[in-house]
This record gives sequence, structure tokens and C-alpha cells, in this order.
Amino acid sequence: MEFVNPEGLRLDGRRAMEMRQLRAQIGAVSKADGSAVFEMGNTKVIAAVYGPREVQNRSQQMSDQALVRCEYSMANFSTGDRMRKPKGDRRSTELSLVIRQTMEACILTHLMPHSQIDIFVQVLQADGGTRSACINAATLALADAGIPMRDLVTSCSAGYLNNTSLLDLNYVEDSAGGPDVTVGILPTLDKVTLLQMDAKLPMDIFENVMQLAIEGCKAVANYIREVLQENTKQLEVRRGV
Amino acid sequence: MLQSKVFSKRTRGGKVQKTVREVYLRDDLPCGAPFCKVCDTSKARLSPSASSPILIVDTNVVLSQIDLLENPAMDNVVVLSVVRDEVKNRNIAVFKRIETLCYNSTRNFFVFYNTLHKDTFVHDVSGESPNDRNDRAIRVATQWYQNHLGGQTRVLLITNDRENKRKATEEGISAETIESYVKSLGQPNLLDLLVKPVSEDVEMEDADALRPSKRKVLYAEHKPMSEITSGLRCKIYHQGKLRVNRYNPFEAYVGSESIGDEIIIYGRTNMNRAFDGDVVAVELLPQDQWREEKFLSIADEGEEEEEEDVHLAPNSADDALRNTNPPNSADDKNSVPCRPAGCVIGIIKRNWHSYSGSLEPLPMPAASGSIAHALFVPKDRKISKIRIQTRQLENLLDQIIVVAVDSWDRQSRYPSGHYVRKIGEIGDRNVENQAVLMENDICDEPFSRQILNCLPPLPWSVSAEDLANPIRMDLRHLLVFSVDPPGCKDIDDALHCTTLPNGNFEVGVHIADVTNFVHPGTPLDDEASQRGTSVYLVERRIDMLPKPLTEDICSLRADVERLAFSVIWEMTPQAEIISTRYTKSIIKSCAALSYVEAQARMDDSRLVDPLTTDLRDMNTLAKIMRQRRIERGALTLASAEVKFQIDTETHDPLDIGMYQIREANQMVEEFMLAANVSVAEKILKHFPLCSLLRRHPTPTKEMLEPLLRTAAAIGLNLDVTSSKALADSLDRAVGDDPYFNKLIRILATRCMTQAVYFCSGDLSPPEFHHYGLASPLYTHFTSPIRRYADVIVHRLLAASLEINKLPQIFQDRTQLTSIAENLNYRHRNAQMASRASVELHTLIYFRKRPTDEEARIVKIRSNGFIVFVPKYGIEGPVYLTPRGEKGDGEWFVDEQQQQVKKMDGSVSYSVLQSVKIHMEVVEPQPNRPKLELSLI
Repeated sequence: MEFVNPEGLRLDGRRAMEMRQLRAQIGAVSKADGSAVFEMGNTKVIAAVYGPREVQNRSQQMSDQALVRCEYSMANFSTGDRMRKPKGDRRSTELSLVIRQTMEACILTHLMPHSQIDIFVQVLQADGGTRSACINAATLALADAGIPMRDLVTSCSAGYLNNTSLLDLNYVEDSAGGPDVTVGILPTLDKVTLLQMDAKLPMDIFENVMQLAIEGCKAVANYIREVLQENTKQLEVRRGV
Repeated sequence: MLQSKVFSKRTRGGKVQKTVREVYLRDDLPCGAPFCKVCDTSKARLSPSASSPILIVDTNVVLSQIDLLENPAMDNVVVLSVVRDEVKNRNIAVFKRIETLCYNSTRNFFVFYNTLHKDTFVHDVSGESPNDRNDRAIRVATQWYQNHLGGQTRVLLITNDRENKRKATEEGISAETIESYVKSLGQPNLLDLLVKPVSEDVEMEDADALRPSKRKVLYAEHKPMSEITSGLRCKIYHQGKLRVNRYNPFEAYVGSESIGDEIIIYGRTNMNRAFDGDVVAVELLPQDQWREEKFLSIADEGEEEEEEDVHLAPNSADDALRNTNPPNSADDKNSVPCRPAGCVIGIIKRNWHSYSGSLEPLPMPAASGSIAHALFVPKDRKISKIRIQTRQLENLLDQIIVVAVDSWDRQSRYPSGHYVRKIGEIGDRNVENQAVLMENDICDEPFSRQILNCLPPLPWSVSAEDLANPIRMDLRHLLVFSVDPPGCKDIDDALHCTTLPNGNFEVGVHIADVTNFVHPGTPLDDEASQRGTSVYLVERRIDMLPKPLTEDICSLRADVERLAFSVIWEMTPQAEIISTRYTKSIIKSCAALSYVEAQARMDDSRLVDPLTTDLRDMNTLAKIMRQRRIERGALTLASAEVKFQIDTETHDPLDIGMYQIREANQMVEEFMLAANVSVAEKILKHFPLCSLLRRHPTPTKEMLEPLLRTAAAIGLNLDVTSSKALADSLDRAVGDDPYFNKLIRILATRCMTQAVYFCSGDLSPPEFHHYGLASPLYTHFTSPIRRYADVIVHRLLAASLEINKLPQIFQDRTQLTSIAENLNYRHRNAQMASRASVELHTLIYFRKRPTDEEARIVKIRSNGFIVFVPKYGIEGPVYLTPRGEKGDGEWFVDEQQQQVKKMDGSVSYSVLQSVKIHMEVVEPQPNRPKLELSLI
């Protein structure tokens, strides 16, 4: 199948290095300590953060750092076929773990011993790149909750189809069976916290694709920073400073 | 600008699902006109002069008039992406042709992505069919072009759809039909390329006037697609690919999975306008109509008779005559004929392309310049005659021309088509060769500049870097030699054999290192992969790689240093392989022997020079290996290969005879097989999912049926349960005359399919088996100069030795599979072309030499039999009764005995019997010579 036409345009009209449209909104769940909705094209994810709060299960409490928990789920209406998926299937367990580990790496857990932070992410609409969107949403929600972090974590995916590196795959491109590299970075520290790929790629191409994904992450980071600044300004106005 | 596209589609499970896709509309897509002041003109491809109009074509114009579009007279064409996508969905062959046009730098074709442009994107309107939407999109794009370019040039919409044309005119777009546009160009020859429109489109005025007003309906209507699909689902109809009998165009087979057998279709009426290769839907006839056909040919209602030709003896089941006679005898009334018969009720996918052939001579040629109707007779006998219209009849009568098929309506006996181009005069050997090449889709164009630029500069010699390269072993000290057919210039294999101090032998097979020069992704590599194989015709060779590589740089000629890829074994004197090494190397061949020379050296006991001793050692090893292979169950098959002696000046054949196989041939073959097997093991170990291997499927019981029946008739019992059993029983089959065994082997070979290339990831290991060689794994490694498969295998082997990286294509299994399919296709075509070339030369040879020769009966028919002439490797019918009559019961067939007998029992002919025949070239029609066999 032709994913990139000779003009260099992808099926949805983007060029190889272009991302889908980003949208973000902070404070979608007022009951939570921090929350955000993050959209990458037609992929829409909501994240809510509770904490730092008392550890619910005493046996899990740690005296030197905070406990970070993450729960990922997919809304039943998120894909076209209205299939009821059982909770805790392999995919969502794996994704929960991936998100938890990525977020844990940037939260300054040692500042909050004997406490727990809960991150809930739910996919409202899925169109490829849910993993990245979840991480981006979680970052925003954590920032909204005022949880101390080393840096923002941002994530973006890239793939390789028709001998071309493609940024931010949508569902059609994702299901083509090519490699899908998901990268998460700490943009100001310039460190990679997440790198996943379930396919084989020659080393030089892989580096190329990964570099593209990192560029994508940086673009996402810029956008998130803008959103946060805008949000802070509004908070300032509301407080009447 | 962001838009979303919403549509519903049916999932595989049958549920309807709503899909939402984003569309990012762009404002940076150029219009393609070089004089445009707004767009980026760096990629503009349209004609720089604003005087010629810009043509915007609709989908049907591209689909039906592609031959016309390929003509240089049609230029400055914009192909909209909506058209491009639709063409891609409807006909992939046409799509490829239009793509080639769009990227041909000499033509001004431009693809405009109207579906992604912000001004030309159209929204779905409820109640509008996809077709209407596309038509609207085309009109919107045309309008945009008109406004965008202002008054700078004329923009013309070319459409044959009446409704679309009307709407376009209403919207103020200038629209024309293809006919009126071509007429306005004022080139009458172009009109021949035009395809006649189907009735619902705009009528072509002059075509209609000449047509007889009333015609009788000859063929049944094709069922609508919806009925076919439902019929297929409830098993009333059966789907399959139609294959026309090569020797009897009135008989076809449809391999159907739903009933697990082949359905026979008799006669053109039942075939109902289906072509060879079409995917059709078939309905079974009632059982009492499952008749048997034993005539050599049957005359279809009122149609002039077509008879069997004399042709080369087939080499495998793929090109052999299919046996249709059920084994029951005529008097056994109760038995059910074993094959179901059917008739075509609908065509699911057409396999129309262009065909080469000539026009049927007409009694009275029309006046020049006016439109004449003519019948075109394709060279390929599987294809029916085609009706064409032409304005240049007198130019075409004695020419071989190319014709494409357009339609076949119920009223006409023949399909109608249009003239595409001419190849040359009938009878001219070059032209006939050209037609053979074209019929088999073989590219004979000289290599382009771009490709030749990929070659290393000449004169080439092994450089110091090559010598210093650590991956290359210096084997120049070894006594390496090559053994090939006489006159061979593309020497791709060489051998060496030395005795080791421990009494073992070191045997090396050195193969030309083609991949050192052909790098993946270069134009040279792309071309080679397209060509797939070199084609050997009787008097010439069409190379896969350019001549400097084929004959010089890669060819392992004597006394020059050459780069090679070597497989080196250590073998015990019992020919057990102890170790295998693979390495790139540098060799210096000391002798390029022919098979005859090598054989002579081995036989001459006075010679004791090192080369001859090595030859003898190798021969001893080869014999042991061969014996072991045969014990494993490898089949010794035989084919009737012929060899021509060609006059060097006139290129006429001087003599033909069977190709003689010597011990030296077998020796070289044995080591090549061993090298191929070793390499196959190595690459499969490293790349289990993306190796290119070769397999030979085990023949099914049905395929061996004709062999068994023939064998039974002469009292021979063949065991076909395994290849080993078959090999043994073939060995036992020795009759009283020396040729008997070979004949049986030839018949056996004919029952098998050909070996094929495949990608190891597509099949499971048990299916990798090579039946003929009785080897679990096999590949092609030893002829990279003339086969692309070997080039791929070389790259795989180099990658497994970590010499090179694995090229990109191996990452993509679908791509590798398509390469394997292309190789199989090219390989088959190359063989067909060689056979056609031999047939052509046989005809030329016998034209001046009517000959009497001994022949063997291989098949029995009720009005004659088919004989095989061993000396010339040809096969053809001999008629006992004059053609056209059905024999009036004078002769009858005894199925059990495989005999045809005269009613009074005085004369009988049985299968495998030897007969004397007379061969002579006759010309029933001027310029159409054929070989005729008759009994003496």
C-alpha cells in the first residue's frame, strides 16, 4: 500500500515530518488535584492526578519516596467497533507500567515520602499514538497538580514506511505493520526516558527515525510549555495579582 | 486547514463501521505550470508554452484510452489524484502505465493532488454516489485550474461521460470528448488508437454508421455482480481463473477450490466471452452434458476451423497439453465422466492486455484513408480473433501489429479492440523475434545512460584495494578452471579441486561476484530486478546486466584475475562434506574449457597434467555425490532439448539435433547443486524469515494420471508414492529399444510443475522441499550474471557473513514476495520465449528441407494421434482422417489399450509405438507458414 505518495504527502495530507494538530486543555476534572485533556489529531486522552496523598495500602508505603501509581484504560467508545474490553488486559497493564515508569523518572519522589500519587489516564478516542498522547496528558495533569518534577516529559512516535521516516503515525499508518518507535524525553535536560519499538530496523535507519521522534517530542514540549504558561497567566488573573 | 472525512465501511465480519479520518488540506501544492506566478515552479512538469491547452482527464479516459495517452501526441496532461486513486483501484496495470508516464521526463504529465488541496477538496453531499462525487471533484479542480491560471492558457476537461460533460459546460468549463479532441489534432493515425466508447457514453458518430443495424445475440448475458457474489456464497456458482487450452482454444479449464476439481468449459458459447487468465464465475452444466472431447479440434458453430500446430515438446506440466480424456471406455455407459463441465456466467476480473499478431487477409482491401474493419489474429492461440477498425489498412496488412482489447458485446462473435502500434513485417526474422519477446513481456531496450553510469570504468582489472581488502581471500594460486557450453561468454562459475595432505579433497566452487558491482537501490539493480533473468534465444541473448559486466568484468574468463564468491568444502574421498567455508575471493582461472574439451581430457588416459588429474578427481567425487542423491530419491528427468547450428552469416539454422549430455555436464551440475544446497542452508540459518529459496512442489496424483495411464497401457507399473519410488520404477522401465527409457522419463517430466522461487517467511519448512532434487532446501546461487535470484542470494550470503549489511527490501516481506513472484514470472516467460524462438527456427529449418523421420506416438485421439519426434524435439498431430470430417466411425479409440484402431481391426496404432512420418512446411494462407506432419 502507498503510504507516502510520490509528492511526499501522506494519506491524510501531511508531509513526512509533520505532526497532527495538537490541542490541550488543563483542568478537565475539577475534583482531581490536577487534570488535562490532550489531543493529537483524532487521538484524545484525558488524565487525572490525585495526590500526593496518604498511602491507601499501608504495606506499600515507602519511607524514602512517594509511591506512584498509574491506571490506563480505554473508553469503550474510543474505537469504531463498540467492543467491551475487559479491564486489566495485557495491553493496558503494559501501558500502565510504561506510563508509570516514565512519569516516575521525572517526579521528584524523594520530596514526598510516605505518600502516594495516582495518575489515571483514559483514552476517549483512539487514532494511533495513544501511548504518546497518554504521557503528554499525564505530564500536563501532574504539572496542574503542582507535583514537583525534574522536567516535563513529552512523548511522540515515529515510524518507517515506504522507505520514509514518518512522524506521529495515525491509526492507518500504525496498523500497516511497520516499525513504530515511541520516544519519551525530558526536553530541557535532553534525556530519553522512554524508548520502545516492536520491530526490526537497521541501525542507521533506526537512529534516523528516533531522531525524528525526538524532534517531535521537542515540538510537543514547546506546545505544552505554552499551554502551561497560558494557564498560569489565567490563574494570575483569577487571583487578581 | 483541517477537515475530516467520515465514511462507513463494512468490516470483514460483516458489521458496518463508521470511520473518521483526518484530512490536512494544504496550500503548498503546486499547479505544475512553469509559467505560474503563484506556485512553486521548481517541480513543474507541464509544457512551458502557454499556447497548448492543459488537458484534465477523467478516470474512464485514463482507463480506456491509455494507449492513446502513451502516444507523444497527447501531452500537457494533468492527472488528478482522485483519478489516480480510482485508476489504481480499478486496474493496476493501467495505473502502472500512467505512473510511468507521470515520471517520464520527456512527457508533460503532472499529478495534481486535488483531494489534498484546500481549494479543490470536495465535501460529500448526501445522496451523491461516489462516482458523482469524483466527477464533481474533477470539475471543481478544472474550474480551479481555469481561475488559477487566469487567461494564460486554455484548460480543457476531457471526459466521455455525457452527464459530466453537460454539467461541466453548465459550470462554464470547456469540456470535450476524447474523440473530438483527437480529431481536432488532425492526425488521422491517432484515431486508430482510440477505443470505441461503450454504449452509454457519448457515441462516436462515424463508427455507428458502418455498423450493421441488427445483429443476432450470440452470447448469454453476464450475470450482475451482486447475483454472482450471492451465487458464489451458496455454492451455485464457482469462481476461478480461466485457462484456455494451449492446443485447443475452444476448450478451457477453471480451477475451482469450491469443488476441488477443474471444471472444463467446451466451446466459445460456454466460455461466454471470457479470456485466458480472467477470473470468472462458472455454473456447472447438468451431468448429461458432461461430454468427452476426443477430437483433435472441434469446429465451433459456423466458425472456420482452427487446427493444432506442430510445436516443441513441452517440458513440464505448466506448458504441456492437459489431458482431458477420462479413463473410462466408451462402452461403459454407467460410469460418470470424471470431470465436470460448466459455462461461464460472469467475469469477475478481466485479464485484458495487448496482444501481438497480424491481420487476417481481406478479400478486398478498402480504399486508403477510409475506415476499414479487419480481423486481427493473435499469435497466442489461446486468444480469440479481435475485430479492429483502422484507417491505414493497406499499411498494416503484412505487418505484425500490437492490438489491445476494449470490449466484447453480446452481439459480436469477436471482441473489439484497437490498434496500438506495429512491430514490423511478417516473415522477417527480427520482427518475428520481436513479436516473441513482446508476447512474453521481455524488455529488449538497450540499457539507459543512467544504468550504464553505474558500471565501473573500463578496462577494469582487480585493484590494489580489492587485494588489500581483508574480506577477500587471495585464491590466485589455486588451479581454478571453468567448464561451460562452447562459445559461452558469460562464465559465472569456476571450480577447483586440490588434494589435502590428510588425503581429503578441497573442492571450491567460485561464482562471479556480481554484487560487488551491482549495488542495491541503483538504477542498474532496479533494471536487473525488473528483467529478472537473461533470455536465451536461438541466435541471440538478451542480457539481464549490461554487456561489459556480463562478458568482461564479471565473467570468469581464463588467465585474468577476477573477483569471486567462493564456497569451499573439505571432502573425504567418499565425498562426505567435512566442512564448508564461504568467502569472497580473488581467482585467476587457468582454463575455460567446454564440456567436450573437459570430457576429452578426462577420457584421454595419456594426459596426467595437474588440471586433468583435478578433473578426474572431481568427476569421481561427483559420481559418488550423484549416486547418493539418486539414492535419496532425486529424479533423473529428461527433456527434449534441441541445439541449433546457426549459419554465421545468414543466421539460418543449418542443423538441429538433441542436446547431448556428457559426464562433464553432470560433474559441473553436481557441484553447482551442492553449492546451492550449502548456501541455502547457510542463509536460511541466518535469515529464517527473509531468505529467497527455490522449491519444487510434489506432483499431485491427478498430475501424474496421464503418465500412469500411458504406462498401464504398455504394461509398465510405475510407483508414484514418493520421488524415491518413482525414481526406482523409472530406472526399472527399460524396454527392448534404447530410447524407451528416455521417452518414459520425458513423459514423466512433463507431468510435473516447474520449481518456483519463494520467500522463506511465506511458507512452513516442510513446504520448502524440492521434489525433483529430493532436497529439503534449495536455492540459486551459481549464476548471478544471468539470474537475479542469485544476486539476491549473494546479498543474503554476504550479509550472513557480515560482509555487507542486509539491504532494505529484506525488511519488507511483501516486497520480497513480490520480487519472488516477478522472478517466477520472468523465468517462465524467458523459457516460453526460448521455446518460441526454437519453434521459429525449426520452421525456418524445415522450410527448405522436407524430411522423413521416425516419431513416437505420445497421445491417442479418435481421428489421429500426437507424435513426438525425438531428433528435433517437436511434437504435433498426425491425422488419420482428413481434417474437418469427424471420421464417420472409421476409427475408434480403445482407452484401456491406448490404441486407435480401424473399425475392421486391420490397422491399429498404440501409444509409444514408433511410426515413420513426413515433415513439411506448408502455407495454407500466404505469409503464414506452418509445419505439417503426415504418416508415410
